Amino acid sequence: MARIVVMGGGVSGHTAATFAKDMLGREHEVVVVTPNSKWNWIPSNIWVGVGEMTAEEVVFPLAPVYKKAGIDYRQAKALGIHPEGDKDSDTPYIVIEYTDEEKNGQTENVTYDYLINATGPKLNFGATEGLGEGSNLGEHTVSVCTADHADHASHELDTCIEKMRNGERQSFLIGTGHGMCTCQGAAFEYIFNIEHKLKDEGVREMADITFITNESFLGDFGMGGIHFKMGGFATSSKVFAESLYAERGMDWIIGAHVNKVEAGKVTYESLDGEIDTQEFDFAMLIPPFAGVGLTATDKDGNDITSTIFAPNGFMKVDANYNAGAYENWKASDWPRTLQNPTYSNMFAVGIAFAPPHPISKPMSSKNGTPINPTPPRTGMPSAMMGKAVALSIVDMVKGRATEPTHTASMSEMGAACVASAGKGLFSGTAAAMTVYPIVPDFEKYPGTGRDLNGTTGELGLAAHWVKHILHHIFIWKAKLRPGWTLIPE
Amino acid sequence: MAGKHLNHIKPYSPQFGTMIPLSGQKFLRTCVLWQIVRFIAINIRMTILILKSHH
Repeated sequence: MARIVVMGGGVSGHTAATFAKDMLGREHEVVVVTPNSKWNWIPSNIWVGVGEMTAEEVVFPLAPVYKKAGIDYRQAKALGIHPEGDKDSDTPYIVIEYTDEEKNGQTENVTYDYLINATGPKLNFGATEGLGEGSNLGEHTVSVCTADHADHASHELDTCIEKMRNGERQSFLIGTGHGMCTCQGAAFEYIFNIEHKLKDEGVREMADITFITNESFLGDFGMGGIHFKMGGFATSSKVFAESLYAERGMDWIIGAHVNKVEAGKVTYESLDGEIDTQEFDFAMLIPPFAGVGLTATDKDGNDITSTIFAPNGFMKVDANYNAGAYENWKASDWPRTLQNPTYSNMFAVGIAFAPPHPISKPMSSKNGTPINPTPPRTGMPSAMMGKAVALSIVDMVKGRATEPTHTASMSEMGAACVASAGKGLFSGTAAAMTVYPIVPDFEKYPGTGRDLNGTTGELGLAAHWVKHILHHIFIWKAKLRPGWTLIPE
Repeated sequence: MAGKHLNHIKPYSPQFGTMIPLSGQKFLRTCVLWQIVRFIAINIRMTILILKSHH
């Protein structure tokens, strides 16, 4: 009997755990360790943040789902990995600390045969002065990173709307709260949903809306931009994104590293080295991500964290971490099996794996401050990685292979992204984008780096319908309701 | 009436340097019949993408 331990119960961890258990059956054990009691369909947090959905609609309790699936669920956070065991035993284990009410603060060792690191990120609000402390949101801005954050954002937005109804003009600032953020897409969706909401409430004329981003151009999205096949042109996502902002009368600030947040004001450094400020009444700034701070220890008790993890806290996998300068980057630098090079029974998926390098070209200000998006690895690619690793481990557990049999390289897979621009059965719109591959391969697709037949974008009501349907389909799937295995990632 | 969608654009502002949809394009974005067609097209496109991406 083998035991597979999955650290993290988000999109990638939940996918990995449920597929592994489904395929391994009762003969083998799957354990999920996650500090959260609820699963969150994060893409719909945007709608919670504008009051178009409740927080309850985007979450559900994990315990009953895992009980039904036969998965051993521990509501706990992982603290450290002992991949060689310790002086008393060669069996590898992780140390966990419970977060549920019953065992809160108690620690335990959980042994494993295979370990999947799917912890997701630490929301590193503390990286920017005034944005927050550690992983806690500060008092000056709001966030849509969690359902609770989004619920809080919605109430703050209501307050602003009330002020506008009373004739008080309001400034909105949405974007990234640090020069090394990822997830520009979430900020992109939120600003358009706010604009849509203000129109619906009849107060749009009372609002000044500005997007602030660490991207060197709008539409970089942390993927170095995209060229869509559109209207007979290979159209840059820069034009696509700028058009959406311009159409709605929204301003933008690009290449910005927000380095200080105060009440009603942010200070930021631009790529040209200038320091400037932007005032706001309402601000939603995405924090940078970091690893969750796991440690690693060898059999003799020596700290081997730097062997297992990259300096940013994400786990090293089968990527080329020595690619060097941007000019040397290749699609083949990106990991395929997600297997740790030192310990072959460890894998990392979703945000938890250490990318070999960014996708966007690294840039820094004249003062040397790095300002560029870090690679997005959420949503569809995250789930695909989880499933690929689960399938590989199943093959190894069942003795069909000694090496991973499935791959999920971001340079060999595409991504479908549906970015909401406003909710409404007949008035809503969203941008439906497909990108293939996610990481551009300039050797295979010279010029744009991507297959134009698989890279498309359009804005419309149909995309909104798709996003709304995906909300229900993926919650159905995550709850393991009938036919869940047939729903693709 | 196509021009009203451009009224807020100021010369030499950042918004001045990009494309702005006119009334026909904006109408199609929420035209239910056209969007049903687009809904089918988007789903086909995404299905092909998913099939190409699993290894």
